Amino acid sequence: MSDELITADEMLTQIDHKPPGKGWMDTPVNIRKGMYCYASNPKSVEYLGLPNARPWNPMEDDWKLPDNWQEIVHNAFKDRLERFRSFKVFMDICVRCGACADKCHFFLGTGDPKNMPVLRAELLRSVYRNDFTKLGKIMGKLNGARPLTIDVLKEWWYYLYQCTECRRCSLFCPYGIDTAEITIMGREIMNLLGLNIDWIATPIANCYRTGNHLGIQPHAFKDMIDFFVEDIEEVTGLALEPSFNQKDADILFITPSGDVFADPGTYSCMGYLMLFHYLKEKYGLKVTWSTYASEGGNFGFFTSHEMMKRLNSKMYAEARRLGVKWILGGECGHMWRVIHQYMDTMNGPADFLEEPVNPITGTKFENACNTKMVHISEFTADLIKHGKLDLDPSRNDHLSVTFHDSCNPSRGMGMLDEPRYVIQNVCKNFHDMPANTIREQTFCCGSGSGLNAGENMEQRMAGGLPRANAVKHVHEKYGVNMLSCVCAVDRAALPALMEYFVPEVEVCGVTELVANALILPGEKERETDLRMEPLPGREEES
Amino acid sequence: MNLEKTLAQHKAAILQAWFDQVVETYPSDTAKMLKRRKDPFANPVGSTTRKGLEGLLEELTGRMEPQNIISHLDPIIRIRSVQSFSASQATGFVFLLKAVIRRRLQDKAPQCLHGEAMTALEDRIDRMALAAFDIFMQCREKIYALKAEDQRRQTAAALRRANLITEVGDKVPDPKNNNT
Ligand code: SF4
Ligand code: SF4
Repeated sequence: MSDELITADEMLTQIDHKPPGKGWMDTPVNIRKGMYCYASNPKSVEYLGLPNARPWNPMEDDWKLPDNWQEIVHNAFKDRLERFRSFKVFMDICVRCGACADKCHFFLGTGDPKNMPVLRAELLRSVYRNDFTKLGKIMGKLNGARPLTIDVLKEWWYYLYQCTECRRCSLFCPYGIDTAEITIMGREIMNLLGLNIDWIATPIANCYRTGNHLGIQPHAFKDMIDFFVEDIEEVTGLALEPSFNQKDADILFITPSGDVFADPGTYSCMGYLMLFHYLKEKYGLKVTWSTYASEGGNFGFFTSHEMMKRLNSKMYAEARRLGVKWILGGECGHMWRVIHQYMDTMNGPADFLEEPVNPITGTKFENACNTKMVHISEFTADLIKHGKLDLDPSRNDHLSVTFHDSCNPSRGMGMLDEPRYVIQNVCKNFHDMPANTIREQTFCCGSGSGLNAGENMEQRMAGGLPRANAVKHVHEKYGVNMLSCVCAVDRAALPALMEYFVPEVEVCGVTELVANALILPGEKERETDLRMEPLPGREEES
Repeated sequence: MNLEKTLAQHKAAILQAWFDQVVETYPSDTAKMLKRRKDPFANPVGSTTRKGLEGLLEELTGRMEPQNIISHLDPIIRIRSVQSFSASQATGFVFLLKAVIRRRLQDKAPQCLHGEAMTALEDRIDRMALAAFDIFMQCREKIYALKAEDQRRQTAAALRRANLITEVGDKVPDPKNNNT
C-alpha cells in the first residue's frame, strides 16, 4: 500500500522479489485505501427504502451484516437468474478464452489480475457454480466453485466497485458476454445487504427529494441559471430570457445537474442557453427548462433496476405535465444509456409525446421514435448540416481539440460521428486519439458508474491511465490542449486526471465550443470566450 | 575493453533484462501481458516503463542530464505511485539495474566489475534512485491535493462565481460582540 510506511528490512526483502505466484482464489482480498469509495450514509439508504441501513466501514473486520446474509444473497442470486436470461447465460457460457482479459482500463491501470473482466465475472460465477450447478457442488474448487464466505463477499464488494460498467470488455468477447451486466447484478445483490457507497446513495436520495443529485432546490437552480445569463451578457452584450417550467413550450430540455453546478460543465450550460436563445430569435423555437426534473443523470442505474426506473420516470412525468412535444437531452453519459437501453421497457412507451422532428430542419429523429428523447449533439449536428447556425470557428483558434468518447453515448448508444461533426464545424484544430482508444473502443474516464469521489483518487488515476496515455500522445504529437466530451461525469472526472498525467490539457463540453463560435443575432464584438479568457488576436484590438 | 564500451555493446540485452525485472514486480499474470503487448495504447504500463528505462539507460551511459533523468523517471513513477506499491517498491526498480549490469558483466566482461569506473557507475544509479524518490513524493502530494480539493473545487468555484457563497471577508469579527 503506497501510503503505509514499511521498515527497511521489509524494503530489502520486497524490492528484488517477485510477488508470490498464487492462483486467484488463493490470493486473499487486500482492501487498500484510495481504491474504494466510502460506505453510504445510513440516512440516505433509509430515505430510499433500501434494506439494512447502518454505519459500516470497509476497513473494519465486522461489516455488521444481517445474520441471514448468505440466505439473502442466495435467494437474490436465484431470483435474478430466473428473471434475467442474459445473466444466466453469462454465468454458463464463458470458455475462459482470455480475449477480454487485457481490455479493461482498471486491469491495464492497476495491474491487479482480479481486474481482468474474466476474473471479475468469476467472482460471481464461482459462487454460482457452487450454489446452482451439480458439477460445482460435487467437484468444488476443481470445477472453479467455492462457497460464499465473508471473504468472498468482501472480494465482490471491492472488485465490483472497481468496474465502471463501461462494457469495453464485451466488445472483445466472442460470446458477447457483458461483464458490466454481471457487475450490475452483483451490486444489486450487495445493495440488499446495505453494502452501498455514499457517492451513489446520497445523490440518489437527493435526486428523489429535490430532483437533482446535489440536492439543489428549484430556486437555487434558477439563481444559478440567472447568473449564467449575467455572464453571457458580459460576453455577448445580450440579455437572455430562458424559460422555466413553461407549459406551451415545444421542447423540454434536461441535462445533468453537474452542468449547472460544477465547472467546467457550467460553460456548456451557458452554451445551451445561448443555443436556445439563438433558435428562439431566429426560428421561434420554444425550449424550456424544468426546475423539478432538474437532473438527467440517473445514479439509480448503479444501484438497481427499480431505482433506475424510479428516477427515469420523473423526466417523463415532467414532460407530460408540461405538455411538450418531445425531450432534448444535454451532454450526459449514463442518462443516455438508461434512455437507449432500458427506458422503453421500463417506463415506455412515451406515447403521450410526439415522435421527435426538428421543426427547423424537418429532420425526423427515427432513432428516438420510442424514447422521444434526442441528444443535443444529434440536434446540433442536424442544425449545422442544414446550415441553420451562423458560426465563426476562428473564435476557437486558440484551441487544439481532441474528443473523448464517453462509454455510454458511444458504446451504450452508438453515437460516434455527431459530436465529431459538430466539433469540426466549430473548431479548426481537431485531432482524434489513436483508433484503439476511441469510438466503440474508447477507454473509460476511470470514474464512471458512481466512482467519481475524492477518497478513491488512486483508483481513479489508475483506471484513467489508458485514457490519459492517449491524450498525452495527441498532446505531444499535435499540441492538443483541450479534451472535449459529452458527459458530465467526464467533465467532473477528467480535469483531475489531466492535472495528474497531462497538466497542459483542459477539459470542456462540446456545446461550450459551439457557443464560442455561435454568432447570436445582435451581439457585440466578442472579446473573450465563455471562460472570460481573451480571444486570440482580439486582445490587442480592444 | 573498458566499461563504457562494454555497456554500449550490451545495452540492448541490459535493457531487456532490466525491463523484465521491473515488470516482474507485478503479479505474474500481469507481467506476462506487460511483456507481450507491443501496442503502446493497449499496454500503457508496459510501453511507458520500457520507454522510460530506455531513456534512463541512455543517460546513465551518457551525460546524466538531471532534466532528462527526471523526464524519463516521471512517467514510470507517476503510474507506480497510484498502484499497489509501497514507496520502496514504487521507486526501487532503479536499483534493480545494478544487479542486472553486474550479472551481465560477470558473464561477458568480468574484468570490468572492479575498479573506479564501476563504482562511479553505481553512484550514478544511486543518484537516479534518489531522484526517483523525490518524484514519488511529488506524485503522492499531488494525489493528496486532488483528494482534498477535487470535488469541492469544482462545485465551489461555480457557486462562488455565482455569488451563492459568502466567504469570510477582511473584517475580523469582534470577539466581544456576540452578534457577529
Ligand atoms: S465493464 Fe468496463 S470496467 Fe467493467 S470489467 Fe468490463 S472493461 Fe472493466
Ligand atoms: S472473452 Fe468472453 S468467453 Fe473469453 S474469457 Fe472473456 S468473458 Fe469469457
